[in-house]
Amino acid sequence: MKKFYAFVQKEFYHIFRDTRTMMILFALPVALVIIFGYALNNDYKNIPIGVLNQSKDQTSEKLINRIIGSGYFVVEKSLEKPQDIPSAFKLGKIKLVLYFPAHFQKELYHSKKAQVQLIADASDINTAINTTSYLSGIINEFNAENAREINGGIQISTRMIFNQRLLSVYLFIPGVIALILLIISALLTSVTLAREKEMGTLELLSISPISPYMIIIGKVIPYLILSLLNSFVIILLGIFIFGLPMTGSISLLIMACFVYTVASLSLGILISTRVETQQAAMFASLVTLMMPTMLLSGFIFPIESLPLPLQVISNIIPATHFIVLIKSIMIKGAGITVIWKPFIILIGMTSLFLFVSIQSLKRNN
Amino acid sequence: MEPVVKVENLSKKFGEFIATNAISFEVNKGEIFGFLGANGAGKTTAMRMLSGLLTPSSGQAFVAGFDVATQAELVKKNIGYMSQKFSLYEDLTIQENIEFYGGIYGLSRQEIKDRSKGIVDKFQLASVKNKLVKTIPLGWKQKLAFALALIHKPKVVFLDEPTGGVDPITRRQFWDLIYEAANDGVTIFITTHYMDEAEYCDRVSIMVDGLIKALGTPSELKKSFDVDSMDAVFQLLARGTANK
Amino acid sequence: MRNIFILVRKEFLQIFRNRQLLPFMTVLPVIQVILLTFAANYEIKNLRLGIWDLDQSTSAQQLIHKFTGAKFFQEKALISNQKKADELLMKDEVDLVLVIPKDFEKAIHSSNNPAIQFQINALNNAKAGIVQNYASAITQDFLNEKRGNSTLLASPKIIPITNYWYNPTLNYKTIMLPGIVAEVMTLIIILICALNVVREREIGTIEQLNVTPLKKHEFILGKLIPFWVIGHFIFWAGIALGKIFFNIPMVGSLGLLELFLAIFLFVPLGIGLFISTAVETQQQALFTSFFFIILFILMCGLFTPVETMPDWAQYINQLNPLKYFVEVNRLILLKGSGLKEIYPFIAKMIIYGIGINLLAIWRFKKTN
Ligand SMILES: Nc1ncnc2c1ncn2[C@@H]1O[C@H](COP(=O)(O)OP(=O)(O)OP(=O)(O)O)[C@@H](O)[C@H]1O
Ligand SMILES: [Mg+2]
Repeated sequence: MKKFYAFVQKEFYHIFRDTRTMMILFALPVALVIIFGYALNNDYKNIPIGVLNQSKDQTSEKLINRIIGSGYFVVEKSLEKPQDIPSAFKLGKIKLVLYFPAHFQKELYHSKKAQVQLIADASDINTAINTTSYLSGIINEFNAENAREINGGIQISTRMIFNQRLLSVYLFIPGVIALILLIISALLTSVTLAREKEMGTLELLSISPISPYMIIIGKVIPYLILSLLNSFVIILLGIFIFGLPMTGSISLLIMACFVYTVASLSLGILISTRVETQQAAMFASLVTLMMPTMLLSGFIFPIESLPLPLQVISNIIPATHFIVLIKSIMIKGAGITVIWKPFIILIGMTSLFLFVSIQSLKRNN
Repeated sequence: MEPVVKVENLSKKFGEFIATNAISFEVNKGEIFGFLGANGAGKTTAMRMLSGLLTPSSGQAFVAGFDVATQAELVKKNIGYMSQKFSLYEDLTIQENIEFYGGIYGLSRQEIKDRSKGIVDKFQLASVKNKLVKTIPLGWKQKLAFALALIHKPKVVFLDEPTGGVDPITRRQFWDLIYEAANDGVTIFITTHYMDEAEYCDRVSIMVDGLIKALGTPSELKKSFDVDSMDAVFQLLARGTANK
Repeated sequence: MRNIFILVRKEFLQIFRNRQLLPFMTVLPVIQVILLTFAANYEIKNLRLGIWDLDQSTSAQQLIHKFTGAKFFQEKALISNQKKADELLMKDEVDLVLVIPKDFEKAIHSSNNPAIQFQINALNNAKAGIVQNYASAITQDFLNEKRGNSTLLASPKIIPITNYWYNPTLNYKTIMLPGIVAEVMTLIIILICALNVVREREIGTIEQLNVTPLKKHEFILGKLIPFWVIGHFIFWAGIALGKIFFNIPMVGSLGLLELFLAIFLFVPLGIGLFISTAVETQQQALFTSFFFIILFILMCGLFTPVETMPDWAQYINQLNPLKYFVEVNRLILLKGSGLKEIYPFIAKMIIYGIGINLLAIWRFKKTN
């Protein structure tokens, strides 16, 4: 045990004395969280649109003003004729054209119904869906107000549970935390161990009196501490800068971070047993972890809209469960009775990764 | 005759630290010049300046008639260099390494063919020439690296601890190659930690803490320090530092 | 020229010999692109509805019917108190709780305004917004039908008709695939370029090259060209498979896309090279590359909108090569834009490519 302690101490010195790497390990994640925290959002505002008004009547002008007044849209371009629409879209400057046909006014008064076209550039689907949905909302409200002057409508009160102000950081920050932690811990361990393998220093150690498992644990402990520190820094940033709530129990949150970090580290160990060089470890980790974690963990695409086979893959990605944990603990204030499942899954994954790694190590020796 | 390597008060500072301190010496054509010194004495630093890898902080040096500070590219055409770190491509075969370095030095296809045949014959590599370098023994790698440092027939070749970690027999063979090259008129500039190798040199200099503390033929040095081996000369000078 | 050829040959020999790495920079990314594209879907359907009906009237039934009949909603649970509602929301078992208060029907038939409440799980703010819009529209419809029967006094109504151009079926895959291909390609190119150079430095072969008469630009081109070729492979293999699997549209000229790609690739290559000059070890190269890659990917406008970013972020984002690629993909493949519309992008990439590579060459020391 004393030998082991000395060994871990040596590993600590190695890592913490390498100031440039330490800088990179702490500064980069923090920079990422800050940039993403501010930059990533889907709070649509000032969307550039074009207006093609062939009717030029009071109602259409009133509606346009109403739309501009909402703050969601700015009229970037006034178009003259429908033929101008394709060239405007091909330049890519506007996202949507609001088209009032020439007979708009007439229809509105004669048949009490008039169509306005929302022509969206759906080459950018999300923006297309969101802008048309906002615009339809504004138009419906506009109708309802006019109607209310005549007869009453239904009063709808909406309670946005867990996220009253509809902040997008609630969605993005947990995802960013999961992604960064995974990359740091899995990548760092796999690369470090692969590096030792490549340079032959692991062989040197394997003739030492410490058992090979202890060596690997000793190598991983500093990274565990590093990753945990990193996760706390990132979470504190989320709370104090981006106003993420902390409604649940802190010890549960710490436990979640710990379990997830250990799962990522063991994934890193697993990768390192399978590769021969640092570069292979890096590519294996990045290619197999980064994009899938981003796209399949519920960070970017909602899991419920994934096709079934990908939902299965999504479930074997550690980040998926960690994101559920973070959201449940921090935002919803869920207790262990609600979220024991993701905990168990993460622990199960860790055991599996470690088991497979040990098998490969045994085979190699 | 104009010396092939001419060094005047050459210094290199890394920040405050002086790695090479105003060294001066000359090396003649075909000479085997040994560069001795304890670890960290500044040998590699001096050699890197002479081969145009490092810019001198002060002083001047001419290699093959060109100024290393201002004409580094011309210097590079005329020298070979075998670094302390092993520097062949381990994931290429022997043949591919030869073709690669020959090509980089601008040899014609025919020249590459002739010389690679020469190298393969001389070192009896025919059976392994299509093997990856990482699979051949260290001694062979070192000899191959030496052959490659000479592939473009340079005027001077710099060898930084070429025989580190090599067995005595291979070491002996390596020196045969060095003599052969020197006989062809190539100037050899070599660093080593083996004192028996120091005896093989035409002249040696001994560096201590960035300074040249002794310079001369091995017999001159032994005589002036009144000892009977280069090892003893080295011990005397090196102990001088240790006591300081 | 000959030197560059020799370097490129050597690089390819090494690349093809590295059996462990080769799949990671060629086949696997392409397979991954296809797999991940299946994930590309924000489509919101099957929203789970919790119903808390305090009125138990015909009108309430009709409203509920209207909700469950709509294709977005499916009834998940009947709720009878707030505690149950809270619990279902907490466990993420419903997306929307529709609360119909007592006297709903009475209010409809009188002059009073009837009231209802939506309780929406708003963790995903975008989804919550959409749920709210759907639900309001359904309610509005319901009322119109109800009142339309009872009163002749209809007010003039504007009906928004939505047209989705270039992608009328709102197929995410056709749009995501070229973008994901560009992302994966950029990721790999930055990384191999940075790692490769740092590795040569770590093992000392760069020093050996530095004592040869090889010129700096020759060395650098010798590095860039092989990876430039690999970039092409990844991109076109990805696009070809995209055509096969998802029948992605190709309205514009592929030649133009190739022209853009050929120029574009020098940007990630230059970034990788620049990173290699700024770090000491492969690990540092990895983390620095990773930092840029993740920034580029998340801010390129494929997954999250670019327009909603604050000004300073949009300003920084001008340096995000992927942002341009995603736009150009859309412009050429979906909208059929021609050189006239694309040339500003090409011009920017030329400037960016030259700038970043010059910076890298300048930092890249043959002597120090
Ligand atoms: N780039 C550098 N920056 C700072 N110090 C350096 C640098 N390169 C070398 N040194 C220092 O200069 C001194 C001389 O180093 P050099 O490599 O020349 O020694 P050497 O005589 O070749 O030793 P060895 O026998 O171990 O090869 C050493 O103390 C070394 O740490
Ligand atoms: Mg040395």
